[in-house]
Amino acid sequence: MYRYDEFDRAFVLSRVTQFRDQVARRLSGELDEDQFKPLRLQNGLYLQLHAYMLRVAVPYGTLSSRQLRKLAHIARRYDRGYGHITTRQNIQYNWPKLEDTPDILAELAEVEMHALQTSGNCIRNVTADPHAGAAADEISDSRVTAEIIRQWSSLHPEFAFLPRKFKIAVTGSPNDRAAVKVHDIGLRLHRNDAGDAGYEVIVGGGQGRTPRIGQIIRSFLPAEHLLSYLEAILRVYNRFGRRDNLFKARIKILLEAVGVEEFTRQVEEEWAHTRETAVDVPLEEVERITAYFAPPPFEDSPPPASLDALARDDAEFALWRKSNLRAHQRRGYTIVNVSLKPTGGIPGDITAEQMETVADLAERYSFAELRFTKEQNIVLPHVREADVPALWQALRQADLAAANIGLLTDIIACPGLDYCNLANARSIPVAQAIQQRFDSIKRVHEVGPLTLNISGCINACGHHHVANIGILGVDKKGQEFYQITLGGRADEHAAIGTIVGRGQSGEEVPDPGGSLVET
Amino acid sequence: MALIRDGKIVEDAWRHAEDAEALDHDGPLFAGLAHWRQHFGQLKSRNRPTGLRLESDEAPEDVEDLLAYVDAIALSFPKFTDGRAYSHARILRERYGFDREIRACGEILPDQVLLMTRCGFDTFELPEDAKAETYLRAFQAFGVFYQPATDNRPFAARLRRRQEEKAS
Repeated sequence: MYRYDEFDRAFVLSRVTQFRDQVARRLSGELDEDQFKPLRLQNGLYLQLHAYMLRVAVPYGTLSSRQLRKLAHIARRYDRGYGHITTRQNIQYNWPKLEDTPDILAELAEVEMHALQTSGNCIRNVTADPHAGAAADEISDSRVTAEIIRQWSSLHPEFAFLPRKFKIAVTGSPNDRAAVKVHDIGLRLHRNDAGDAGYEVIVGGGQGRTPRIGQIIRSFLPAEHLLSYLEAILRVYNRFGRRDNLFKARIKILLEAVGVEEFTRQVEEEWAHTRETAVDVPLEEVERITAYFAPPPFEDSPPPASLDALARDDAEFALWRKSNLRAHQRRGYTIVNVSLKPTGGIPGDITAEQMETVADLAERYSFAELRFTKEQNIVLPHVREADVPALWQALRQADLAAANIGLLTDIIACPGLDYCNLANARSIPVAQAIQQRFDSIKRVHEVGPLTLNISGCINACGHHHVANIGILGVDKKGQEFYQITLGGRADEHAAIGTIVGRGQSGEEVPDPGGSLVET
Repeated sequence: MALIRDGKIVEDAWRHAEDAEALDHDGPLFAGLAHWRQHFGQLKSRNRPTGLRLESDEAPEDVEDLLAYVDAIALSFPKFTDGRAYSHARILRERYGFDREIRACGEILPDQVLLMTRCGFDTFELPEDAKAETYLRAFQAFGVFYQPATDNRPFAARLRRRQEEKAS
């Protein structure tokens, strides 16, 4: 994992001091809410329906057990004992008090964390493959790229007031687990015929009101030019993206308006200038960062035969093993996905106690490392297969062993009308009703891989456009209705779902949802 | 109006020309692009400091021919959320080598002046009833930066290399 050096530390401490000053000015009345808003937004602080919400950055979803313990402590001390993992691999707290937020940021800084750029019209916290450094199908480790982008984009002086928010995702595997085609910029690491590392650069994807699959503007960008090329794209967007209409301000609209060829020409022309600057990271700095992501000290251990035996004897274990484990690049190891989608729970919510349990388990079984996923789950990336039975038992005791990763009940849902002041309809109760309708885990496994996502409004935070079955909450004359889409996906074959049928009321949704699954 | 220059509050001698009559003003003056195009002869032969004021939708590429004649450029922020002038300042400095004053005017928040400085701005018109002290303090908010920009402030990758060279 990346570790802060003195520069990173000095930077994040400066941010804490700056934010403390901003909050003091707000509390003293020197700033009114309108003036405070742009400042708090750059620090991940939103004003929600009932309270402030603080979104903490988890760079590319990677964190240590020590950091997770701190998140648990914050949940307990400053919030109501839980946190919510977001679809951009971050965590948010729904009930902090404004006057506590500087202290929360100070506590986060102790473990090399912050809330910088988790909101606002800036380059947001970069996301990557949650199985990076572990996945059997990996070509190149996306964390190195993501860390380079994290540093470059942190308080970038030119791009703090973009037309709209800006999201970048990176994958280093052909099987895309980072949804790079539905981001403002998606980067796919690959090698050219000469064997050199580089990126396929995809621009203009996104969800929201105008869902779009991104378009490739460069099939191979040599790795060493990453930042000058990103800077060229961002500069074109900052200058020419629309600022007259909030809903037409994302880069996908600009790309569509000028056409992909003209947009690419503008970027390449700008790149001719930016590549002459010092922005591209020198090789020794890339090597310094890469060294942090060296593999942990794996032991050579053959996969134990006992797993198969246990799976034969215990149907529950067999199902969990089938759905929640993924192939690791090292023999004798596996990737364990911990589902935060138990039936009747709130998708992505995790209690302080569960955080501490997962931190314990990460220390015991996964080199103290873990990841948050865009599906709002947790990954233990490096688990010895021999340890799997013991890990499973421990997860079961903590109510963290739902055997549904990638299946119908592994629902992505936004907070919806229960928390969010943008929402038209509730998301969480619909998710719970669908889970209850499919409470037989055996049945869910028979249905097989299927994604079902729910958004409480057209902003699509619940990723409904890219789900096999998408459910969108709409407001019809003051009543909550739900529109269903079919055929979306968020992987390397990304697609936007198509609307089917008329809107359904909340009580009706589980039934057509259910019938669709049955057929 | 108050101005920040070199980290200090100073009296601003410059005026912005609201209309063509104001071009007769006997003192430092910013004129807009339309005025420069219409009254080029008059403006270039003024024997007082004369500047060009660009709105956020006016591009540096379109004024390349004027740069030799202007003593300063004012980039306007109609709203603090309109970030185009950050890019424009960098292009003026880095691409066209403009080395005279670039000032920020319009809606400017204290927490933006450090970012603007990094993009090549060197003077800042304070909005009316602004608390100057808050603005001055904001220049010191950060001492370490991750990325190179127009200013010559050291950035992390370079500092790390220097440190390693010292160690070896």
